[in-house]
Amino acid sequence: METAKKGFNWRRFAIASLVLYIVFLIGPIVGLDIPVVAAAIKANPLQLVQFLIIGISNGAIIAIIALGYTMVYGIIELINFAHGDVYMIGVFTSLTVLSVTGTLESKDPVKIVLGLIFALVVAIVFCAVLNATIERLAYRRLRNAPRLAPLISAIGMSFIIENIGLMWAAQAWLVPSFGTTGGASQKVFPDMLGVLFTSLGWNINLLASSGLALRLTIKDVLVIVLAVVLMIGLYLFVQRTRLGKAMRATAQNRDAAKMLGIDIDWVITATFLIGGGLAGAAGLMAGLYNNTAWWFMGFRAGLQSFTAAVLGGIGNITGGMLGGFLIGLLASFSDGYLNARWTNALVFATLVLILLFRPTGLLGEQTGQKA
Amino acid sequence: MSKRFFAVLSVLVIASMALAACGGAGGGAGATLKIVSSLPMTGSSLTQTQTIVNAMQLRLEQADYKACGGKYTIEYEAWDDASAALGKWDPAVETENANKAAADASIIAYLGTFNSGAAKLSIPILNNAGPLTMISPANTNPGLTKADKDLPGVTDSYYPTGTRSYSRVVAADDIQGKVAANFVKSLGATTVYILDDQELYGKGVADVFEATAKEIGLTVVGHEGIDPKAADYKALMTKISTSNNGGAPDAIYVGMVVDNNASQLLKDKVAIMGDNETVKYVGPDGIQTQAFIDGAGADVAEGTYASVAGLALDKLPPAGLQFVKDYTAKFGALTEPYAVYGYETMNVALKAIEDVCAAGGNPTDRAAINSAVFAIKNFDGSLGTWSFDANGDTSLTDMTFYQVQGGAYVAVGTFK
Repeated sequence: METAKKGFNWRRFAIASLVLYIVFLIGPIVGLDIPVVAAAIKANPLQLVQFLIIGISNGAIIAIIALGYTMVYGIIELINFAHGDVYMIGVFTSLTVLSVTGTLESKDPVKIVLGLIFALVVAIVFCAVLNATIERLAYRRLRNAPRLAPLISAIGMSFIIENIGLMWAAQAWLVPSFGTTGGASQKVFPDMLGVLFTSLGWNINLLASSGLALRLTIKDVLVIVLAVVLMIGLYLFVQRTRLGKAMRATAQNRDAAKMLGIDIDWVITATFLIGGGLAGAAGLMAGLYNNTAWWFMGFRAGLQSFTAAVLGGIGNITGGMLGGFLIGLLASFSDGYLNARWTNALVFATLVLILLFRPTGLLGEQTGQKA
Repeated sequence: MSKRFFAVLSVLVIASMALAACGGAGGGAGATLKIVSSLPMTGSSLTQTQTIVNAMQLRLEQADYKACGGKYTIEYEAWDDASAALGKWDPAVETENANKAAADASIIAYLGTFNSGAAKLSIPILNNAGPLTMISPANTNPGLTKADKDLPGVTDSYYPTGTRSYSRVVAADDIQGKVAANFVKSLGATTVYILDDQELYGKGVADVFEATAKEIGLTVVGHEGIDPKAADYKALMTKISTSNNGGAPDAIYVGMVVDNNASQLLKDKVAIMGDNETVKYVGPDGIQTQAFIDGAGADVAEGTYASVAGLALDKLPPAGLQFVKDYTAKFGALTEPYAVYGYETMNVALKAIEDVCAAGGNPTDRAAINSAVFAIKNFDGSLGTWSFDANGDTSLTDMTFYQVQGGAYVAVGTFK
């Protein structure tokens, strides 16, 4: 790893100059004109806070999905491409539960809260089982095959689940609001939190009474709080419990862990269960936050979360969370202060730059340890 | 084992030879003419394209799949140019479709595409194959047929043989964008923010809108391309909400198709800037579909405007009204605006075949069919009486605006 400790590091100097060149000379083309951005911030400093809120909320959802990628990679070194689509199924599961239980039509606050909690539980359980089933069907037999084989079967699972989503979105008998336009179009995930707050006579914007031109809605708060709770829970689980310890041992050295009597199959299944459960929770959160259910939403979410996992150091749980928040903030600031056209370029350019300086990601561990 | 393998193989070979013989036979009684359509049938646009395919089939059924007094049987295949991987039209699939059509000698007309970006890819391929005539029910990017003075030679480069082989029955966006800008002004707006989906069609119509808006005295606060797959646009909409000297602009114009996250964009606009009465929301024909309303929710979409070339369904000429009646009888209520264009496209193809026969020509000759298409003048079709010009553009320039009222698009006026 650390080969170039001695003397002046010309490679790093060259990369740093390149970065400065891009930022100051090519930057203005994409709207990264620092004086202009500074003036925009100065003219309306509150908006900076607004972009921060939006970025953190979006980042929280990305972070939760990223955890599933990073945990699976940590254990079996597989990029589970179907993970983003499990999240999409989470959105449809929670929407269907809300519809079937009559929560969507309800104006009764108690019923809405109970319905949401029930939908959260069902989405978590369903996606956990789905993710573990995918592992059992598509990955387990390929565990000792060349590494490309499970990767390809992961991509195949991703297409299969996308098509399930496509069919699901056409089932108007389950959710009447799917309408008659077929499964391909975007569907509404009703704004249940808005309905809940209106029924209680509260303003959905928690800062409405402060007189500030800021929107901190109950949606933002719920997404952030739920994400933080899930992350802390996961961190404690992995660090403090027996199963968590077994997972860490399996990640470090699968054969040695087996010799010590750890049931590898069960540990891997548990990892997929937890990752899937998190994706299910993220599904409900994203549905409530963005109010959309779409068969294709898992693709982009998966790409962003995978980027977040790599950015933070794949295999590292804290890194996955950090990467998620970072990407959410980057995208929000880019949309806000630069040109929306360049947001993706900016996110991935940042990824490239960080990997140039830290090939293992922000919090990545030594590559020799593989986790 | 190997014996059985050879048996199966030889059966397959014989069967395929028989099939090829059927498809390739030219001239004579009972010959087959094949017409294909290439439209995105995986993704949100399916809501629109399914009605186009239905309409094409309806037209053929009315002709009993026969042409030239029963001398030729017409076969029709609806091809999909979208892929599940992209969720919308896919450049690779459209190119493959065009190559497939070019190689199949029995195909004499290629009806499509839906997206202008896709047309750009298939026009040159088909132009080199006969030319095989291509008739689009829905492409509206002006550059496909009309040279842009800022991009000299681009339009001509689509036609490598020098012969025009692409026509469309719908008016182009140099008309749509212009009429839309005037319409936004007529709504009382003085400032407008423009967004597009960075595709040939979406950016094209948005650019025409911007140029016209500046000409007629509207202030264009900004023009940005969006990421068509983003999870949300709250940050972008927050920026727009203060872009007009600290306030929101009077109107937002979006040049995009429904597949490119159009419903999500509207949802975030309404969440940040309020309903579509406060800040007007206007788009082109790409969002004039029920899928757009269903995706956003009827309450969120309420008040949104979208323009479509041509007349409202109930204002069509008698032949068009008859089509709507026949369509409704067979497929149920028709709300999508493009079905009648699909019907007219097939009308044009059949008319070209009949004209070639009437002139004593051979309808299996692609070049003859293409010339016949371009020769269509004062055609009494379901859209009205119209002609193709030398570029393959229709002489009809009507533009109808629709507004979402109570969860469905309702025509609010027709402009030129």
